[in-house]
Amino acid sequence: MKYVLMYTNRPDLDAAVPEERRAEVYQAIYGWFEKHGHVMADGGAELQGPETATTVKYGSNGGEPVVVDGPFSEAKENVGGFSIIDVPDLDAAIAVVKEWPSLQYPGVAVEIRPIVDHSGGM
Amino acid sequence: MNASIDSSDRQPSAEDAALARIVRREAGPIVAQLQHRLGNFEVAEEAVQEAIVIALRTWRRDGVPANPGGWLSLAARRRAIDLMRKRSREVPLAVEWDTEPAAGTWSGQRTGDERLPMLFGCCHPALSVEARLALTLRAVVGMTTQQIASAFLVPEATMAQRLVRAKRKITRAGIPFTIPASADLAPRLDDVLTVIYLSYNAGYLEPSVAGRELSDDDIWLAELVARAMPREAEGWGLLALLTFLSSRTQSRFDDQGRLVLLEDQDRARWDGVAISRADGYLATAAALGHPGRFQLQAAIAGCHGNARSWAETDWLQIVTLYDLLLRFDSSPVIRLNHAIALSHLSGPEAALAEVDQIADRLSGYHLLHATRAQLLTALGDHAAARAANERALALTHNPAEQQLLRARLGSDLLN
Repeated sequence: MKYVLMYTNRPDLDAAVPEERRAEVYQAIYGWFEKHGHVMADGGAELQGPETATTVKYGSNGGEPVVVDGPFSEAKENVGGFSIIDVPDLDAAIAVVKEWPSLQYPGVAVEIRPIVDHSGGM
Repeated sequence: MNASIDSSDRQPSAEDAALARIVRREAGPIVAQLQHRLGNFEVAEEAVQEAIVIALRTWRRDGVPANPGGWLSLAARRRAIDLMRKRSREVPLAVEWDTEPAAGTWSGQRTGDERLPMLFGCCHPALSVEARLALTLRAVVGMTTQQIASAFLVPEATMAQRLVRAKRKITRAGIPFTIPASADLAPRLDDVLTVIYLSYNAGYLEPSVAGRELSDDDIWLAELVARAMPREAEGWGLLALLTFLSSRTQSRFDDQGRLVLLEDQDRARWDGVAISRADGYLATAAALGHPGRFQLQAAIAGCHGNARSWAETDWLQIVTLYDLLLRFDSSPVIRLNHAIALSHLSGPEAALAEVDQIADRLSGYHLLHATRAQLLTALGDHAAARAANERALALTHNPAEQQLLRARLGSDLLN
């Protein structure tokens, strides 16, 4: 089954992490991608920060869509990137995600979402 | 009672209880096998559920067939084939080929283990706790939606919707039906045992038939887990705990259905056979050398079960066990129970100080206020005790507990 992993963080909490620790985490993340490279499917991406986001929203009363500054959600959590993995089941996906190095920091969470399968299976 | 709960024409009878026991023995393995052959849990579970409803109706009328397992399994496979065709899917040959009545052997090859992977799937942490409870009772125990709804006092439609959502999540999110690898086994087994324990808690303060049957089912489930995983100490611990608690079923309510506290129970009515069985389970657990929260709670229940009278209760031992339990589970409810035990060992003042420390976190829990009321009464502060009792009464929905609190408030007026 294919799942999207959405890596989220809290920019307000990230600021507290010292620079040298950040470099260590980046190193660990490279290691993580190397270890789990065989389950990575399609593309994934690391995203620029939420301050670079632009959102196009439904324009009320049948008007034109509206272009606004900022991410779609006003939540404190920020989606920092995503991957698509192909593993046998949810337990396998959870096992991969549990090793995500940033999970040792408060505010970090990874959402696992199955991808809709249009091939005719359930 | 909700009207939709008792929509079936008649009151549950002893005969129904016997039928439910037969279903409970047969249903779980059939769901497991059908799921295995179809590769589709939603259809397998739905098919067995429909077969159970048909079976209960038919057996009530015509009597139980010689091979109830074969009967149920055949009916379930027929329903599964219908359901698969309705969804215009191919029916795997493995399901179609042996729909002969003689195929009762289908359920003859069962072992305890095949229900276990299903139990781990139904109690998966990716499901809500309510969903885990409902799904376990339906898929593993073979209870009908109506029975589950009635045991948890929710409308049948609400329960049906909860089950549909949970099954959809299992299929769409790819929740597997496997026993977790050893690295993950301990926390996942704890999830399973917690579901059984919560289900027992929902049933055991209900003087109703549905409540008692639910408790029986939960003990049966705990025994299934303990025997299938005999090296897991906490499985035996939970079985011991529930068996100790069930030994007091006969004395927990008086003739009018009123709740009787441990202190006032007639110990001659306790089930001595169950108590010695529970002692045995606890010894089995202890021999494995992995203490845990269920074993410690069982040991505490055992202290009460083996005390000849309330006055002879070994409070020092109980407080010590609570101290240990707090290392595994420092939740405020355990701290509250620790405080209650402490009041018997060191007096109400020490206990009240501990209760007040957790008062903020348990402000919505009726037993916090009921406990404060008792401690305040012991300390002679009747006005504060009365306020606490009133708070407790406003917070509990259990009729038996409400009655007890009302009686306390009544006797308080006489003071």
